[in-house]
Amino acid sequence: MIDAYRRMMNIEQPPAPKAARGFFTDTSLCIGCKACEVACKQWNQLPADGFAMTGNSYDNTGHLGATTWRHVQFIEQAKANGSGQDQRWLMMSDVCKHCANAACLEACPTGALVRTEYGTVYVQQDICNGCGFCVPACPFGVIDRTPKTGHFEAGTAHKCTLCYDRLKDDMTPACAKSCPTASIQFGEIDELRANARRRLGELQARGESKARLYGMPDGQEAAEVGPLHAFFLLLDEPKTYNLPEVPRLPRKTMAERYGWSAAVGIGFALVGALVFGRRG
Amino acid sequence: MGSNMAENHPVGFRWPMQAKERGATIIHVDPRFSRTSAVADLYVPIRPGSDIAFLGGLINYVLNHDKWFKEYVIAYTNASSIVGDDYVDAEDNGGLFSGYDPKSGSYDNASWAYSGPPQEAKEDASAHTGHGMEGTSPAKHRPARDETLQHPRSVFQILKHHYARYTPEMVERVCGTPQSLFLQVAEVLTRNSGRERTSAICYAVGWTQQSYGAQIIRAAGILQLLLGNIGRPGGGIMALRGHASIQGSTDVPTLFDLLPGYLPHPAAFKGDDTLERYMRESAVRGGYWSNLPKFMVSLLKAWYGDAATAENEFGYQWIPKLTGDHSHISTSAAMADGKVKGFVVFGQNPANGSAHAGLQRRALTQLDWMVAIDLYETETAAFWYAAPEGWKPADIKTEVFLLPSAGPPEKDGTFTNTQRLLQFHDKAVDPPEDARSDLWFLYHLGRRLKELYSGSTNPRDQGLLNLTWDYLPGRPNPEWRIKDEPSDEKVLMEINGYTVADGKQLPDFERLKADGSTACGVWIYSGVFPGPEKNMARRRTRSPDNDVNPEWGFAWPGNRRILYNRASADPAGQPWSERKKYVWWDAAAGKWTGRDVPDFPAKKAPGTPAKERGSGIDLHSGSDPFTLKADGRGWLFAPSGLKDGPLPTHYEPLESPLSNALYERQDSPVAKRFPRKDNAISPPGDPGYPYIVTTYRVTEQYTSGVMSRWNSWLSELMPEMFAEISPELAREKGIANLDWITVSTPRNQIECKALVTQRMRPLRHDGRLIHTVGLPYHWGYKGLVKGAMANDLVALSEEPNVYIQEDKAMTCSLRKGRLR
Amino acid sequence: MAVEQAGGQGLGLIGRMGMAPQPISRESVEKKPRIRDADRAVPSVCPYCAVGCSQLVYVKDRRIIDIEGNPESPINEGTLCPKGAATYQYLVNPNRLTTVRYRAPHSDHWEDRPLEWAMDRIAALIKETRDASFVERTPEGKLVNQTTAIATLGGATMDIEENYLIKKLFGAGLGVVSIENQARI
Repeated sequence: MIDAYRRMMNIEQPPAPKAARGFFTDTSLCIGCKACEVACKQWNQLPADGFAMTGNSYDNTGHLGATTWRHVQFIEQAKANGSGQDQRWLMMSDVCKHCANAACLEACPTGALVRTEYGTVYVQQDICNGCGFCVPACPFGVIDRTPKTGHFEAGTAHKCTLCYDRLKDDMTPACAKSCPTASIQFGEIDELRANARRRLGELQARGESKARLYGMPDGQEAAEVGPLHAFFLLLDEPKTYNLPEVPRLPRKTMAERYGWSAAVGIGFALVGALVFGRRG
Repeated sequence: MGSNMAENHPVGFRWPMQAKERGATIIHVDPRFSRTSAVADLYVPIRPGSDIAFLGGLINYVLNHDKWFKEYVIAYTNASSIVGDDYVDAEDNGGLFSGYDPKSGSYDNASWAYSGPPQEAKEDASAHTGHGMEGTSPAKHRPARDETLQHPRSVFQILKHHYARYTPEMVERVCGTPQSLFLQVAEVLTRNSGRERTSAICYAVGWTQQSYGAQIIRAAGILQLLLGNIGRPGGGIMALRGHASIQGSTDVPTLFDLLPGYLPHPAAFKGDDTLERYMRESAVRGGYWSNLPKFMVSLLKAWYGDAATAENEFGYQWIPKLTGDHSHISTSAAMADGKVKGFVVFGQNPANGSAHAGLQRRALTQLDWMVAIDLYETETAAFWYAAPEGWKPADIKTEVFLLPSAGPPEKDGTFTNTQRLLQFHDKAVDPPEDARSDLWFLYHLGRRLKELYSGSTNPRDQGLLNLTWDYLPGRPNPEWRIKDEPSDEKVLMEINGYTVADGKQLPDFERLKADGSTACGVWIYSGVFPGPEKNMARRRTRSPDNDVNPEWGFAWPGNRRILYNRASADPAGQPWSERKKYVWWDAAAGKWTGRDVPDFPAKKAPGTPAKERGSGIDLHSGSDPFTLKADGRGWLFAPSGLKDGPLPTHYEPLESPLSNALYERQDSPVAKRFPRKDNAISPPGDPGYPYIVTTYRVTEQYTSGVMSRWNSWLSELMPEMFAEISPELAREKGIANLDWITVSTPRNQIECKALVTQRMRPLRHDGRLIHTVGLPYHWGYKGLVKGAMANDLVALSEEPNVYIQEDKAMTCSLRKGRLR
Repeated sequence: MAVEQAGGQGLGLIGRMGMAPQPISRESVEKKPRIRDADRAVPSVCPYCAVGCSQLVYVKDRRIIDIEGNPESPINEGTLCPKGAATYQYLVNPNRLTTVRYRAPHSDHWEDRPLEWAMDRIAALIKETRDASFVERTPEGKLVNQTTAIATLGGATMDIEENYLIKKLFGAGLGVVSIENQARI
């Protein structure tokens, strides 16, 4: 019965899990060149989103979206008439965080959003029906639906795939490969985290007192969404980069606000466990 | 300095970023706080146009604090050479050197020569133009020297005197740079130079596009020689060039004043009436340039083949002679005056990419015909219907051809990158439909012209008829749709050179002869194709044990990666230090060796004395590393070769809000102005144009935009023209971020949006706040994104040595609101 | 190997919300990089700035399907800047010119013309202008063999072989003296 259902629903056996892969984006090495944005659009053949100047520093991308999966933020910090020493121009290449507890994945009713064998979060375009539940669920505002007239099938949800296609051939994702200054590092999560800790130590030793990691298992930002598989070294508070101090899972928020909905959630979870529990 | 490397050479900047992680200090001296400044260890603001004052300040600091590398300076530079009695320094003459003729606005450099026994061949710097001057010699060879450097007319003492007033206080006054920051630069630079450490200076068009650009680079050269940073790993002055093969198009010059390989172009006004006279005047007795006749005759043999014989001066008279300044800027002025009838433009876009773009566009209306070749419709091709002037096409006579061309993966070919590295790109696919490589266009155009002129006995047509023009491949590659594509490698083989008798490829330029037995298109590239199937530019092998990677591509000359690398060893031939070991003398083997090809005669021992007689590098000792120089030394003081003085001297830009704080003379005495009604230049301190304006590029776009504004992925990243201004200036003018503003110079005015940013900061000069307006110049009236053209504001002007316009420092006015 | 197990409850109909891979669609199983089936990867050099980044041009069925940095290069080690990364669209672009566009004197429109016609016409115009303007000797009698009525301006993203032929044909062949380049700009 379940097999028939799986065939009908275009479901294959999950591939064998592999070492989790992800991005470590070290903003202290970013020169804001936006090679990542273009390399991503080139590899994934994504269209431009329009030609308007935002006036917000050199950021004319604005935000991540259905057809923009890397976004370089520019944050100008300076005191008026200050000397060169108290002026900073922070740059950071933002991307889908591929959360360990991904809210989008939780919200997806169709199974379009899946956890891949690389531990990444991936939207299956042949399954997505464009319901859009995932969009408000994401605490980072990453995933987005394509507009009615657009590159993709209207209304379907899109975001960084962590180059799922390239991973299958052991290729580095396009953004990380192009990055001229190794600000975007790709690899096995364990190694990346070790690198990140070492790098943070180096920067702190150099006097970068505000430097911090964002998205490590022990960070408060992992409290609900879990560790991020695309995590960051920041040179300032997360809010400076428009990142939430503690990204929230919608179900938790709901639980706090409406006790009854938590019960429903648990009920659904129980059903899920009954149907699919065998495959833990 | 003079470069925004992170933005304009992001991948090149990969390496400074890695060096930084290994402990190197990155200093960025720039008028704008850019993406380079953001990751530099030290950002140092400077007023546009004041670079020589800053570098002169560093030179003064190095001399005053005794931070110069003594053994290096005494052995390898001309510090000890004695200059003649007639020399008067700018310091003692209101900013002018001896020999200035105010009537012609030029120098006679006779008084800048070394003292010493006269050399038989006459030398005159004014006779040498452009890059070819690299090879010119001092008027008198073998200068008298004083190795104690105490002689009052020694180069060292002249240098000290010349820069004595370039103090930190003066730097602050002229450059607007706080003294404390300037001193930090001086300390970091001197601490990181010497036996154990080296420092590199990177520059780009931030320096060259000034009315004294060559002198800024010279100032960096003096500083680096004093610090012992030339010819050594991690040292040098790096020109960060802006285009894939702009180095190649300088080496193989599509430049009016040069022949291939930096040979001076024959000119009527230099008296180059005969080949013999040209070679006598251009060759230099001392140094490697003494071989010039071999290069020249081999070039003529490559061009005219069997028709080039000793009897007809190897066809020398078929080469046109220059009759004046035929540079791009001068030609544009002539074109605007209707003196040019036909114009062929290859991948170039003067209608918005060149100085005084409005004049450039008007010049195009004066042509009878124009051929533009590009992958996209350029502003230049579209001037007759799309220019902002709104001309009626019916009023424009110009016949216009727009030919579709091929991109690099659609053809074989070689690029020479910014480090003189030749890299071949292989054809991957045919270009679409009627698009063709420029090589195809040139070959088939030449073939047609030869047919049109065939049978002519008119002497003036014989050069064309005798041009060797055999470039079709023996058998077209069956894989390609286009069957009549010429063989790129055949051209490269001619560039490399061959022996005339048997057609065998030459191994290197050492084998060239002046008797007509060898042919070579570009002598400095000889060695790139030393045998059939041996295309060295196509080598793609990495050397894991040698970070010089000598087997990746081919660097000229002779695959040397660092020029003058003899200087990486001490006079006795041993490395200055283990850390900075690069090329050294192997006494046991009796030859120079190291990680790179030694840029020195392979078996000339360090102790070899200079010969008293003879020519060429025999006149140099075994410890004279600068083989192209007549005296084998690095020139702190340039006795010849430059038209605007033997020592870099601070002048104000042609347009400046300030007067020269150092000298009576305000601006360059020899920069060329074009005093035309349509090319007004604001006088110094003009209250109508109180702000400095500077132009530049951003990472996301490319020059005039032809290669980026048709590209949606790049266009969306920088979609609109804007002007960067400081919050202070914005407040003063009541301008908010994204407001429309109008920027004007006496030439033109443009409208664009304001990007108000604290990265632009006014600087204080004598208590006065000076604002700078920043303008990227990528937009135009074709493409996916359009916008005003910064080059509309730029004046026609020429730096006297290399004929480049000044667009890094001009003055402007600015107001809120649109043009109308 | 970091296969993490995280919170398991949720609203999804199908998925179990852990780190273990989930059942996926056929398309996802078959997903592969498009260059896996490329006919070849041709080494090239980036057409933009002078750093000289090496690129690999992936070709399938005589069409470019992808352009990336060449990891073998000691210059860029596989990386590219945004312009280099956009090279694909520089070449594969509906806005590219593919035919000869011709604008007759005083005309208000472009017209397409055959390449061979244009080449013949250009050669004829060059000859006409050269012959009308050629100067063999200056008024003082110096032999100069030049014309200043024709000028060329060559880009710096052209090959050295192309520059060589410009100088050879227009300079050594035709006597044009104003042969100039972006290198001056």
